[in-house]
Amino acid sequence: MPADFNWAVGGEAGDGIDSTGKIFAQALSRAGRHVFTSKDFASRIRGGYTAYKIRTSVDRVQSVVNRLDVLIALTPRTIEENRDELHDGSVIIYDGERTTMQDAPIPDDVVGLDVPLKRLAEDAGGAIMRNVVALGAACAVTGFPIENLDSALEKRFGAKGQKLVDNNKEAARKGQSYVDENHDHEFDYDLETTDNDYVLLNGDEAIGMGAIAAGCRYYAGYPITPATDVMEYLKGRIEQYGGHVVQAEDELSAINMALGAARAGARSMTATSGPGIDLMAETFGLVATTETPLVICNVMRSGPSTGMPTKQEQGDLNAMLYGGHGEIPRFVLAPTTIDECFWKTVEAFNLAEKYQLPVYLTADLSLAVTEQTFEPDAFNMDEVEIDRGKLVDEDGLAEWQNEKGQFKPHAITEDGISPRAVPGTDEGAHMTTGLEHDELGRRTEDTDMRIKQVDKRDRKVETAEQREEWEPREFGESDADTLIVSWGSNEGAMVEAIDMLADRGIDVRFISVPYIFPRPDLSDAIDDAEDVFVVECNNNGQFADLLERDALARVDRINKYNGVRFTADELAERISGALADAPEVSQ
Amino acid sequence: MSSDVRFTDFKSDKQPTWCPGCGDFGTMNGMMKALANTGNDPDNTFVVAGIGCSGKIGTYMHSYALHGVHGRALPLAAGVKMANPDLEVMAAGGDGDGYSIGVGHFIHAVRRNVDMTYVVMDNRIYGLTKGQASPTSREDFETSTTPEGPKQPPVNPLALALSAGATFIAQSFSSDAMRHTEIVQEAIEHDGFGFVNVFSPCVTFNDVDTYDYFRDELVDVGETDHDPTDLEAAQDVILDAENEYQGVLYQNEQANAYGAEHGLTENMAEIPDGAPEDATDLVREFY
Repeated sequence: MPADFNWAVGGEAGDGIDSTGKIFAQALSRAGRHVFTSKDFASRIRGGYTAYKIRTSVDRVQSVVNRLDVLIALTPRTIEENRDELHDGSVIIYDGERTTMQDAPIPDDVVGLDVPLKRLAEDAGGAIMRNVVALGAACAVTGFPIENLDSALEKRFGAKGQKLVDNNKEAARKGQSYVDENHDHEFDYDLETTDNDYVLLNGDEAIGMGAIAAGCRYYAGYPITPATDVMEYLKGRIEQYGGHVVQAEDELSAINMALGAARAGARSMTATSGPGIDLMAETFGLVATTETPLVICNVMRSGPSTGMPTKQEQGDLNAMLYGGHGEIPRFVLAPTTIDECFWKTVEAFNLAEKYQLPVYLTADLSLAVTEQTFEPDAFNMDEVEIDRGKLVDEDGLAEWQNEKGQFKPHAITEDGISPRAVPGTDEGAHMTTGLEHDELGRRTEDTDMRIKQVDKRDRKVETAEQREEWEPREFGESDADTLIVSWGSNEGAMVEAIDMLADRGIDVRFISVPYIFPRPDLSDAIDDAEDVFVVECNNNGQFADLLERDALARVDRINKYNGVRFTADELAERISGALADAPEVSQ
Repeated sequence: MSSDVRFTDFKSDKQPTWCPGCGDFGTMNGMMKALANTGNDPDNTFVVAGIGCSGKIGTYMHSYALHGVHGRALPLAAGVKMANPDLEVMAAGGDGDGYSIGVGHFIHAVRRNVDMTYVVMDNRIYGLTKGQASPTSREDFETSTTPEGPKQPPVNPLALALSAGATFIAQSFSSDAMRHTEIVQEAIEHDGFGFVNVFSPCVTFNDVDTYDYFRDELVDVGETDHDPTDLEAAQDVILDAENEYQGVLYQNEQANAYGAEHGLTENMAEIPDGAPEDATDLVREFY
């Protein structure tokens, strides 16, 4: 018997596939088994194929694999879609009484388990419970104690009344006993249980929970797949901690509301996906140049334009790094696992306030909608630290006022970070603007002040590079000749692939990078390796481009940003000056 | 700050660069007086300004202020107020900012009814870009980009607001200092979204909607038997194509402002040093 067990339910969108999968995943988690899920869902409410896959083991699982042991097929297409993953001994649970499934294409080497799902569900109180009947049948096939399913059903339906819970339990039992009584096949599966307590959550939920833990009090967003779950998680919860969620009329509004709350001093956040990132690019520069702490969560999906809204992609890296006109520092964090979604969210809020700039917190679709089990301690709230940076109160203001007693929100400082006084602070009244500004936050076109402000904003990055740890996560053989680098959700699959490669006699060193900017310097690791592969879910290799650039020898740069064009004599002067300063190149 | 706030406390030491005679001077003076008259001071006041000549107001007033991007002043101001209900929040912008690029937000800000004041300095022209048609320009108003006039009817912002469920709709004239101040003051005192469209003439690029025009044409509903709480009466003046009005045209004092509707009372800037108490409950939910 293999250590892991792979299960799926598939049908049409609208068939309740998602909640069926979630209930079974919950049951497995409550039985002390590790779970990793994957959803391949269609974007239409009805009509498209959709499925929910679960990989489970008593050991930690970090990926799905292309293998299915038990498949609940509500449509013939479900079988077609998964045929390659079925193997000798796989079981398909289906309802032969369903018109479309009468001639279900059950492959020869697979066990077809015909269970009258709809009829049994009706017996238990309603056809709508046919998927739960199928879950009961799955319990029979896998020897999985049905009490665990009861527990998941209580969690799912408890709020809707005991009657509904009881009906569902009955439906599950009907499915279980039908298989026990009508099929004498000896199945290969035996899902053992443990006493371990796990929590089961997805990346969007981990981000939402991280935001509350980090003291986020304000969220403004516009619904968009696959980021909506963050808003839905926060709604109804953040209020209990004194916060508020608002659904804006569009993403232009959402980021401005979030910015307004941040200017008022709240830890504030918005979440969106690619099309929303494009709209938010308008205000992004304002957030950054007014040096306002803001967390912008981008749950990436396939682009460009509307792209494939329910499909995986890591294609927005350049948009986050370079989006918006002009030049302005921003940080980009990309958690690589679901538990890290929590911790990186906390970190994003701290970084945003410490360095007073926008922080992109990016997850990709796979990370956002995947459910995975963790020890509850992976989210130990006692370890959450809050650092609000250079926040000054009435007493601290004096140090940052000019001779007229005016507060300087963009004071030029050695570390680039200015003091921050939130509205309501006595004697702290000040403005700021998207125009280039002086230390008081007022418009300026003075060429010297322009340079000072650009330099001070850039200095925050240098300060952060020195003060913070931008460490990657490392796996595999540290002295292997082959180096694999990835970012975002690929980590789990790659970590499991390391063992599979070892079985083939291939040792690899794997570096998983959660920081896109600032990021760790991997030049030495790249130099040390004979072969370097950068794994990412996009076509162009946007992260690979960055690493190649990092590893290249630098060109010298001649820049000007005081708002005045280059003149010919100035260029001649600077180039000759730079050449005179350049060290001799030895052959 | 002390309680004896004077309106000049809201004035910054930056000299306005508006053209001499610009209506925005009067508009701003009335706003400052209204803020002082209502017991506010610069340290509890947040002004959000849009882009355009009018957007410079954040620089010339003294308070907490953010001069934002074009057309987005309203959501920005709403975010400020939701996060700290103790602040007096005022958004200001022009007719282009509010009724063209920002008109989508205008409708939703009206619906949302956040307790704040929105002052639109309506000069029926794009001044900062040197004289192009605005959404409130007349159909036959000739400009560099509309040599034969826009050939489309102007936006009626008051009617837009009314149809979106506004709770306070007013109009004033920057040159009528006393009435303008009174009207803005009523907008501030209104518990909800106080919207004031201010005729704020552009002396450089608009030779049609001039001081003389408004002086001659404006009917002050304060001098008539107009009842602003009467929706039908409000409709009559707002949809009247023959006359222009000043005064509080409509007010609904029954509706709850956003903050009351959503129970927003706390200053969200204040948070604990670590995860909130009971945050572990959030983890338990996932068992």
